[in-house]
Amino acid sequence: MAVCVAVIAKENYPLYIRSTPTENELKFHYMVHTSLDVVDEKISAMGKALVDQRELYLGLLYPTEDYKVYGYVTNSKVKFVMVVDSSNTALRDNEIRSMFRKLHNSYTDVMCNPFYNPGDRIQSRAFDNMVTSMMIQVC
Amino acid sequence: MWSTSGPGVSVPPGALDCWVFLSCLEVLQRIEGCCDRAQIDSNIAHTVGLWSYATEKLKSLGYLCGLVSEKGPNSEDLNRTVDLLAGLGAERPETANTAQSPYKKLKEALSSVEAFEKHYLDLSHATIEMYTSIGRIRSAKFVGKDLAEFYMRKKAPQKAEIYLQGALKNYLAEGWALPITHTRKQLAECQKHLGQIENYLQTSSLLASDCHLTEEERKHFCQEILDFASQPSDSPGHKIVLPMHSFAQLRDLHFDPSNAVVHVGGVLSIEITMYSQMPVPVHVEQIVVNVHFSIEKNSYRKTAEWLTKHKMANGIINFPPETAPFPVSQNSLPALELYEMFERSPSDNSLNTTGIICRNVHMLLRRQESSSSLEMPSGVALEEGPHVLRCSLVTLEPGANKITFRTQAKEPGTYTLRQLCASVGSVWFVLPHIYPIVQYDVYSQEPQLHVEPLADSLLAGIPQKVKFTVTTGHYTIKNGDSLQLSNAEAMLFLCPVESRAVVYSNTREQSSDAALRIQSSDKVTSISLPTAPAYHVIEFELEVLSLPSAPALGGESDMLGTPEPHRKHKDKQKTGHCMVTTDHKVSIDCPWSIYSTVIALTFSVPFRTTHALLSSGTRKYVQVCVENLSELDFQLSDSYLVDTRDSTDLQLVPLNTQSQQHIHSQQSLFFVWELTWTEEPPPPLHCRFSVGFSPASEEQLSVSLKPYTYEFQVENFFTLYNVKAEISPPSGMEYCRTGSLCSLEVLITRLSDLLEVDKDEALTESDEHFSTKLMYEVVDNSSNWAVCGKSCGVISMPVAAQATHRVHMEVMPLFAGYLPLPDVKLFKYLPHHSAHSSQLDADSWIENDSLSVDKHGDEPPDSSSLKSRGSMQSVCSGEHKGLPMPRLQALPAGQVFNSSSGTQVLVIPSQDDHVLEVSVT
Repeated sequence: MAVCVAVIAKENYPLYIRSTPTENELKFHYMVHTSLDVVDEKISAMGKALVDQRELYLGLLYPTEDYKVYGYVTNSKVKFVMVVDSSNTALRDNEIRSMFRKLHNSYTDVMCNPFYNPGDRIQSRAFDNMVTSMMIQVC
Repeated sequence: MWSTSGPGVSVPPGALDCWVFLSCLEVLQRIEGCCDRAQIDSNIAHTVGLWSYATEKLKSLGYLCGLVSEKGPNSEDLNRTVDLLAGLGAERPETANTAQSPYKKLKEALSSVEAFEKHYLDLSHATIEMYTSIGRIRSAKFVGKDLAEFYMRKKAPQKAEIYLQGALKNYLAEGWALPITHTRKQLAECQKHLGQIENYLQTSSLLASDCHLTEEERKHFCQEILDFASQPSDSPGHKIVLPMHSFAQLRDLHFDPSNAVVHVGGVLSIEITMYSQMPVPVHVEQIVVNVHFSIEKNSYRKTAEWLTKHKMANGIINFPPETAPFPVSQNSLPALELYEMFERSPSDNSLNTTGIICRNVHMLLRRQESSSSLEMPSGVALEEGPHVLRCSLVTLEPGANKITFRTQAKEPGTYTLRQLCASVGSVWFVLPHIYPIVQYDVYSQEPQLHVEPLADSLLAGIPQKVKFTVTTGHYTIKNGDSLQLSNAEAMLFLCPVESRAVVYSNTREQSSDAALRIQSSDKVTSISLPTAPAYHVIEFELEVLSLPSAPALGGESDMLGTPEPHRKHKDKQKTGHCMVTTDHKVSIDCPWSIYSTVIALTFSVPFRTTHALLSSGTRKYVQVCVENLSELDFQLSDSYLVDTRDSTDLQLVPLNTQSQQHIHSQQSLFFVWELTWTEEPPPPLHCRFSVGFSPASEEQLSVSLKPYTYEFQVENFFTLYNVKAEISPPSGMEYCRTGSLCSLEVLITRLSDLLEVDKDEALTESDEHFSTKLMYEVVDNSSNWAVCGKSCGVISMPVAAQATHRVHMEVMPLFAGYLPLPDVKLFKYLPHHSAHSSQLDADSWIENDSLSVDKHGDEPPDSSSLKSRGSMQSVCSGEHKGLPMPRLQALPAGQVFNSSSGTQVLVIPSQDDHVLEVSVT
């Protein structure tokens, strides 16, 4: 159901970005990159809130004609951005939330790998499989 | 809310866009109508999305209706436009009368190319402005890119460029590969239209190396560069300088020789690995490395010693992967090289400060700089210098290429590799800085000769090996070149039959070896060197033999009481067991210099010899002690003690049984001779001890070794007085008891009549009878006895044979057991009025004295060397003048024989003594 999943480092460069192969990859890159504006905005607005009350899920970042872009930020300022098809109206906020949580867990597993250098692009097969499962789930 | 692709309804293309556009503008207008300016401004974040959406829709309508093109709409486009406008229907009455309405705006925009441009630009600029004002830079750039695309369509690349550059900078800074590639492609087209050749070529090179493009696209851009490069340039000599990193990357560098040090005239080869990023093989006319030359004076790095001692592991320098355009972010920075730092105070070595220093901070800073100027072609300057390494006509295949530079070293100094340039026609790819710093050294060296012993120290008297090392430096050893050694007097160079010289290259590889030809004459030893090229090392070994230099002391020993070496031994004894050393200087004439090289070799005498005179009544023995101070074991043989005066009166009878004896390291060996004489009194004995020695380990020696000699002199050894002490128990008792007084009887007997040695100040003459004054002293150093009453006294001793003096005194034993008798010492008692005469006679007095202990002068008599004897004499005589006191002079050891030394007396404990004293020492 997700058409694009991206993990973006604290410094705003992509650690991982994958989109449905049928679509124009470049379009999603631009879309995710542009969405970082909103993510930054939301993070800075949230900065005042207490750390333990902080909501990692940023909600809908912005809608476009065909897609909805959702955001999620970890405590270490790593951003997850997910693009879903607007036509998929069955998708509720809660489901998006749980998908992000799954993504976060998988990302944590990647980080726990002692052979992974933090800051490198993610090239984990487990993570890949998880993203694939998220992308084909409903479709 | 935004969904416009409703199912089931079919609409002409563009109709929905019109609807969305109108809706957006209507909403925005409604908001503007009910809010004031400040409210709108504070809510831009919520409205900007609509603006952006409207802009997007207008853009797509423009493209649809052929309004975004150079030529304007064609008939098909016009038909479509008419359909759309008709579909809009009539404007609704509530806005029909207003000057500005979304409906009017859309209609106007679609009506002509110019009007569309105006409206589209208005909207785009407003959107960009709004995005920028709320900090949504990425969104602003994205809209800007659309605008650039529009300008490109309108053939206005100069306007498009700024938007593309802005967007590209943004993507580069954040490392988004696909947008970078896409924007770059757009930029390349823009630059091509603008005719910015350099920029276009640079962008092309970046695109040609971009792995996100297809093979065809990369080849296309690569071909663009090659096409340009192959064009005949309109202004010859004009160079287009482009950064290297997109073209090829320097991977590693390998020096041969691997320590990157060559001598003048030597050949150095540098092999570099370049990783070509181009998709096709590229013919490079030349690859040039600019080298910076600096003269380093007195640099140890450039000497042959450094060369042979320091060897780099493999001579390979690896370069960190050059910053690819992606991702320009923290992870491409090199790791911090942190080191601990301690600063200690120089006085007491206590810790002053501690900290952590970053060794590669310059590199981290450099990186940040270069990443910002990544797209600036003007940042690269071509350096021109006199020193270049060049490699011509190379084809760089895609991937790794090995390129070898060869250079012949000319001037000595340090050469630092600065820039790497590759030229393809008029296009030059330049790597402005080679980092890490790569340098090689060229040295020039004067020829040198070193002579050093193989062992830690050379021992005198036996053949020892020394190593000759000739470092040829810039000199080439020709056939017939030889070293001329002028022989030192007491040192010989021995020429082993099979000595060979080995020639090494300056990397310590053996290149040849040759037999050494040595010719010796009286004065000169000539060693002909094997031929060797420059910057080689010749090594060979020779044996040297230092002859003992004892005979030179003969004259002095006549005058002095003891021979000079002996004195020296005693001096050294105080500081520790040191060997006496002698230095020999050899002057060597080398073929490369008109000056002689003087080499000092220090030899240590392996033995220390002392002698002693032993008496038994009137019989005399000479004992010589040889102590081996060296680390070697020796075989001693043929020991002789001969009278140098060769007087017939004296005879030396050896009591040594073995002719050959082994002396181990740090061991002593004693030799004893009995001294007999035929005439009384015997003359002083001047004798020379000699013993042959050879190293115990070596079976066969090529040369006969000179014996070790030692000269000394013994005087006044004729026994004049016999001292006998006796302790008898108190009367009526069988044994001495502790605590009870016993009587000590000392018997001093003169054994001879007046002799020459008696003629001194103490001698008094009356009625043909001579007498001399003696002082006796009873001393018990071991505290076994308590001497009661006077322990010393002066007696007048008649100078006549068998004259006897008897002294009684009381002593008390303090311990029980067999106690040795207390010592009885005898001195010559010189009256004070003899001060004047003593000064006259000072020389002879001191001469006698030096063998014995002077009781009067507190300083030990032979603490001074020959030089200080004069000063000591003046001290003594000064004392005589100032203090008119009687002086005591110890009798020479040979003149007094203590016949009771060594005897013991049995003392039994007193019966009422219940305390048992046990002393443990």
